[in-house]
Amino acid sequence: MDFGLTDDQREIQRTARELLADRASAARVREHAEAQSTDEGLWKELSELGWPGIAVAEEHGGQGLGQVELSILCEELGRSLAPVPFLGSAMAATVIQQDGSAAQRERWLPGLASGETIGALGSASDGTAELVLGGREAQVFVLIEEDGSGRIVSADEAEITPVESVDPTRSTARVVSSAGEPVGDGSACAGLGRALVCVSSELVGVCDRALGMTVEYVKDRKQFGVPVGAYQAVSHRCAQMLLETEKARSTAAFAAWAADADPESLAEAAAMAKACASSAGVEVTASAIQAHGGIGFTWEADVHWLYKRAQIDAALLGGAKRHRARLAAILAERVGAGSAA
Amino acid sequence: MDLTFSAQETAFRDELRAWLADNRPEAEPTEGGEDAQYQWRRDWQRRLYDAGWAAPAWPTEYGGRGASLTESAIYFEEIGRARVPLPANVLGLLLGGPTLMVWGTEEQKERYLSPILSAEEIWCQGFSEPDAGSDLASLKTKAVKDGDEWVVTGQKVWTSGAQYSKWCMLVARTDSDVPKHKGLTYFLMDMEQDAVQVRPLRQITGEAEFNELFIEEARIPDANVVGGVGNGWKVALTTLMNERAGLGFALQIRLRQLLDDAISVAAERGLLEDPVYGQELAELHTRCEAIRLLAWKGLTDVERYGQPGPEGSLVKWLWSDTNQRLTQLAVEIVGPAALTSGTTWSYEFLRARGNTIEGGTTEVLKNIVAERVLGLPRLKVAA
Repeated sequence: MDFGLTDDQREIQRTARELLADRASAARVREHAEAQSTDEGLWKELSELGWPGIAVAEEHGGQGLGQVELSILCEELGRSLAPVPFLGSAMAATVIQQDGSAAQRERWLPGLASGETIGALGSASDGTAELVLGGREAQVFVLIEEDGSGRIVSADEAEITPVESVDPTRSTARVVSSAGEPVGDGSACAGLGRALVCVSSELVGVCDRALGMTVEYVKDRKQFGVPVGAYQAVSHRCAQMLLETEKARSTAAFAAWAADADPESLAEAAAMAKACASSAGVEVTASAIQAHGGIGFTWEADVHWLYKRAQIDAALLGGAKRHRARLAAILAERVGAGSAA
Repeated sequence: MDLTFSAQETAFRDELRAWLADNRPEAEPTEGGEDAQYQWRRDWQRRLYDAGWAAPAWPTEYGGRGASLTESAIYFEEIGRARVPLPANVLGLLLGGPTLMVWGTEEQKERYLSPILSAEEIWCQGFSEPDAGSDLASLKTKAVKDGDEWVVTGQKVWTSGAQYSKWCMLVARTDSDVPKHKGLTYFLMDMEQDAVQVRPLRQITGEAEFNELFIEEARIPDANVVGGVGNGWKVALTTLMNERAGLGFALQIRLRQLLDDAISVAAERGLLEDPVYGQELAELHTRCEAIRLLAWKGLTDVERYGQPGPEGSLVKWLWSDTNQRLTQLAVEIVGPAALTSGTTWSYEFLRARGNTIEGGTTEVLKNIVAERVLGLPRLKVAA
């Protein structure tokens, strides 16, 4: 029993954090957010470092590492708000790797692993997916229908309309297609659990950054002659932000571990992780705005980018309520199985 | 990261699980009140002791098994899973013994540890006072040196098991001229003397789990000072650290059981399919898992870095809040029976009110998190 990261995993975390602190500074993120542009230079650099393929099998040109390592990168990218199409591309690759046929894996994974192909994954209803992350630049889409079944659709088979979402740090588009080919056997995609873990990990990074910025601010900002962080109304809010963040962190870490080590528990673990991360993401970043006071409501302060990123991620593949409903169904199945036995 | 048990940990768990299956305690007595109930738990400890299971975390030289922290957590998980009670002398086993192992002299360890383990001598904790709750270091119970004895006068409160105890872990003021944390000393006080009066403290559940102690010139030999005169605050912190680490695990298991019970009742009544109840039960289930994960993470940190961090406050905070929310929801799931005196659920929701107060109020825990984890400034309060 050991909850910590291995030395190798800590090294991945450290180098990722250092690189992004330099390449995706707050000023840089703002520049791209205001221009609504992807940081193509950064995406190229991350691709050369092998990030998009970290969890893609070596036979398909990836690094063959696990969900824990992929989650580390998602968390760091969430923390930095880097304007790159990593999350959607990694989720698409994950589902193709888990559920795709040999031919589908061979066709798409090498490009997704090298970063030359950009992927995106979106929730669809009868072939229409609103607000697909990375939708503007993606060449391949994995569209997940409400029953969890998926289709792979290449960009030339889809009608793609750019949409401006509340979060301008990443591109979004409306994607409509009834073409493409099914991924998996028509039942719910096994790779979805991992995709949920990716989003949850990104949200943990967003929460952690929001808390860090807030703590720095309330230590510095003085009213009535003292730092506002000395007032318990403020400091207890910060403590609550930490509690929510740690709940999300521990459940996401467990789900990432389960994805590789205990796949049978992944469906439940991923639902818990996403329920926790979705509610933590929204609550923690909203608290960050509140604790920043008036400045937190201005365009000029950076805290709103976090709130907006959290809103998009919280809704992605279902919000907290949808995943709690899924958990309630799992609990009901378990009680039913127990009484039948 | 590896969240599986090693072969050795699995063997430990299997051995204990098998023993518990073969050695279930008799049914809890329904007559004879608290005394009979206490005797039942004392007999249970004796049975654990005879098989070497009273305190596996204690080093082998003191009669334990030298269990690792992980094994110790497994012990509480299995005790919880088997739904058997904790040993009667839980404060001696989890707090008093480990404190003596750190601070006690060889003579003290020789004298006191073995009877704690066998439940021959029960221990209680004399820390809180009517005017010293969250601000524990402001306590006023006074100890004055008289030859090779100390004379103690004062009042303690929230002393569970005092009526059955032989020894009290007592913190008293031995020097009023130094800043408040520095003038304290940690004693072992013999409860069997007329100068110590125990009065039951009836709580909102109607039972008296705790007591008040009235101490009027009680005598404590100098040999019963633990950790040196004036060092009482540090020694007391060792006790409090052990309280959060050890008891925390046991409490987490109890929460899981209550939740499983509530889910069963909800399922019987068709409420699990009701989206409103389903949402709330799913949230409680998630919190329960988060508590388990955070408790294990805390343990990993201790194994890696030595001491438990102030992050342990998060676990206690989340646990107490979740237990209140769960027992309150259970009132709606169970219906009138949960509002009828004498039922399990009515006891549980009333008892849960104490959870956010005992062992550090939620308000104090938030202060600890804000100041020691997040590094926020402390507001200076005018004296």
